[in-house]
Amino acid sequence: MQKISMCVAIPAKIKSIEGTIAEVEVGGITRQVSVQLTPEARKDDYVLVHAGFAIHILDEQEALETMKLFEELGALD
Amino acid sequence: MKFIDEYRDGEKAKPIIDEIHRLADRPLRLMEVCGTHTVSIARYGLRQVLPEMIDLVSGPGCPVCVTSNGDLDRAVSMARIPGAIVATFGDMMRVPGSDSTLARERAAGRDVRVVYSPLDGLKMAEENPERKTIFLGVGFETTAPTVGATVLEAQNRGLKNFFVLSAHKTVPGALRALLNLGEIKLDGFILPGHVSAIIGSRPYEFLAEEFGMACVISGFEPLDILQSVLMLARQVKNQKPRVEIQYKRGVHPVGNPRALEVMVQVFEPVDVEWRGLGRIAGTGLALRRELSGFDACRAFDLDLPPAKEARGCRCGDVLRGLIRPAECTLFAGVCTPRNPVGPCMVSFEGSCAAAHKYGS
Repeated sequence: MQKISMCVAIPAKIKSIEGTIAEVEVGGITRQVSVQLTPEARKDDYVLVHAGFAIHILDEQEALETMKLFEELGALD
Repeated sequence: MKFIDEYRDGEKAKPIIDEIHRLADRPLRLMEVCGTHTVSIARYGLRQVLPEMIDLVSGPGCPVCVTSNGDLDRAVSMARIPGAIVATFGDMMRVPGSDSTLARERAAGRDVRVVYSPLDGLKMAEENPERKTIFLGVGFETTAPTVGATVLEAQNRGLKNFFVLSAHKTVPGALRALLNLGEIKLDGFILPGHVSAIIGSRPYEFLAEEFGMACVISGFEPLDILQSVLMLARQVKNQKPRVEIQYKRGVHPVGNPRALEVMVQVFEPVDVEWRGLGRIAGTGLALRRELSGFDACRAFDLDLPPAKEARGCRCGDVLRGLIRPAECTLFAGVCTPRNPVGPCMVSFEGSCAAAHKYGS
């Protein structure tokens, strides 16, 4: 049985979109998800996938900022 | 995997941990609300690297765990409707209601199917036009919009044999209820990242304003959680409680407007029973009257006997952060992941299952 934790959402990259269905790649596996809840999602975006839906478009800029914060703390040592 | 691996880098964790140790000069009790955080904290041994003065307690954030026995009994009884197909997320299968589980019903020949998405349930309804497919809607704001969108899709396709049993719940009101009980003294909350991806940060502001709670919306990787603890320690030290977002890559302050719109279109708030917390006003989501044709509760009027609770099970106290799993006398002896008594031992996200697997 699949272990589906209910609030888990997985980052996935959109390979293509047709209508409301996107083909996404997660860790080398391709699957289809609905982009009804993220109508502004485009090819090459990373989205959080939960229960077969993209629920959020990951913000790459913010991800870099968070990484930078980690590194700044490291630099203080 | 991008957006995951870089947040598991042990090298980067050290300076964050050092800084937390430097800041921690008083006891700090923080509640992680979300079950996925509970699992991450246990799996990466985060309690062990934090100062002893920082106490992390689990809250009511595992959707399966807070589902009441009454709702579980209703789900089981749906499976017993002749000719029905019940579609559910996997972690509902083994959760015991008053006297059965969906897994047991399946073993007894009922058609209960595990799906990954509510859309799979929709497909089953289309493929089995002569039968009734009932999807069990369990989950918080992360999940409710996906079920909502599926109901709208069923409406668009004119399906008459697809139904949703909605046991969805919303998080902020439950946190208010928990604090109002006054049983547990907390300094702050590690708030759920993926619930917040939908609702944003505003619905939590009362926690800081009315209750003086430090609040950080956190991602799920170990570095995310450590950074959130650091941000919380700073808020407490500076005596400036507010709602901050650590998980900025995953959460926009306003949430996901489209998902919120779908939720409002499909559901309306109702009072609902939470395991451990009792009935909380306005924290349940029922299908709107206009969509009552898809509402399993209206379509199948089932007369259920009053729910029974398992003797000795202290899931309710675990969910309120009052005891750690190991403090329940059933833990690991009578109640194990193989033979669970309460939902907190069944769900992968449950505090008891996490404590059993990784040690508490």
